[in-house]
Amino acid sequence: MAKGNRKVPGINASSTADISFILLIFFLVTTSMDTDRGLHVRLPNPPDETQQDPPKIRKRNSLIVNVNMNNQILVTQGDKEPVEVVLSELRAIAKEFIANPEDRVDYPEKHAVELPAPFGVQMITDKHVISLQTDRATNYDTYFQVENELYGAYNELRDELARKTFGHPFAECNEDQQLACRLYYKCMISEAEPRTYNQH
Amino acid sequence: MSKFQKKGKAEMPELNTSSLPDLIFSILFFFMIVTSMREVELKVEFKTPSGTELEKLERKSLVSNIYIGRPTREYRAKLGSQSRIQLNDKFAEVANIREYVQDERESLAERDKPLMKISIKGDKDTAMGIITDVKMELRKAWALSVVYSAAQR
Repeated sequence: MAKGNRKVPGINASSTADISFILLIFFLVTTSMDTDRGLHVRLPNPPDETQQDPPKIRKRNSLIVNVNMNNQILVTQGDKEPVEVVLSELRAIAKEFIANPEDRVDYPEKHAVELPAPFGVQMITDKHVISLQTDRATNYDTYFQVENELYGAYNELRDELARKTFGHPFAECNEDQQLACRLYYKCMISEAEPRTYNQH
Repeated sequence: MSKFQKKGKAEMPELNTSSLPDLIFSILFFFMIVTSMREVELKVEFKTPSGTELEKLERKSLVSNIYIGRPTREYRAKLGSQSRIQLNDKFAEVANIREYVQDERESLAERDKPLMKISIKGDKDTAMGIITDVKMELRKAWALSVVYSAAQR
């Protein structure tokens, strides 16, 4: 016979900590917190068989960056002699070519182009093309570094422009300002199909 | 001074662990939320190049991966150590890429289709030949937004 209220026996909860520990360790092991980063590129449209000859590019508007099978970099600008360069020089060369700050006749021609505010009509080198050519045996790493330097040249120019115009770096600009800077230095990297040189 | 008199042997006070499960549970939930399970089993080894001009990949659901690298040790005897392409869970040829891109595109919502991105996770030591072939196939499949996966330098 029960004397007064019967007590409900308490559930022993001391092992919940251990159970949740095991779950915790499982998630700790399976989790991968690394955020994916990468170089964003835009590929050209598929090759068009019906189109006979590619659009003509004036010599002064073109910068050809050639990476051969030994991962050497050769730069040809317009009519000039090809020069072999090292990776660290490439960014400066590309910047000089894209911006043409001194308005030289052997560098890309400038056209008046309507840009979003606050730029208005500006003289920019809208017809320039940087052509990146690789060999089938070129190392992917070298190709990537070259690509990285070329995009770096654009990013640096945009950054300088943003500092001059808006007084703060490109990364701190709002979307409209970023777009305006992007259009001022429009990315014109063309990746030609690779050729196979000196094959034996 | 009975206040300071010790009553027999002093015992170490027991540590109250009743809040420990709650504590662990909250850490557990944190990891459950941030975790993303690895979807594919990697059959190729790759070490991505490092760069400075990288951008983050914003929405993972829009990204399809193409892995290019040396087969891992267990497959090397069969396939050699030349770079191979892996799509989803299996090795693939360049010719399979178009189909893969179409399948991946089909799995996206209609408004997300133009935003699809292809992430090329290529090994540093791969020759450009295979990468160019992949790029050509991607162009033909109209998957023009490509990311070269890399590590921040």
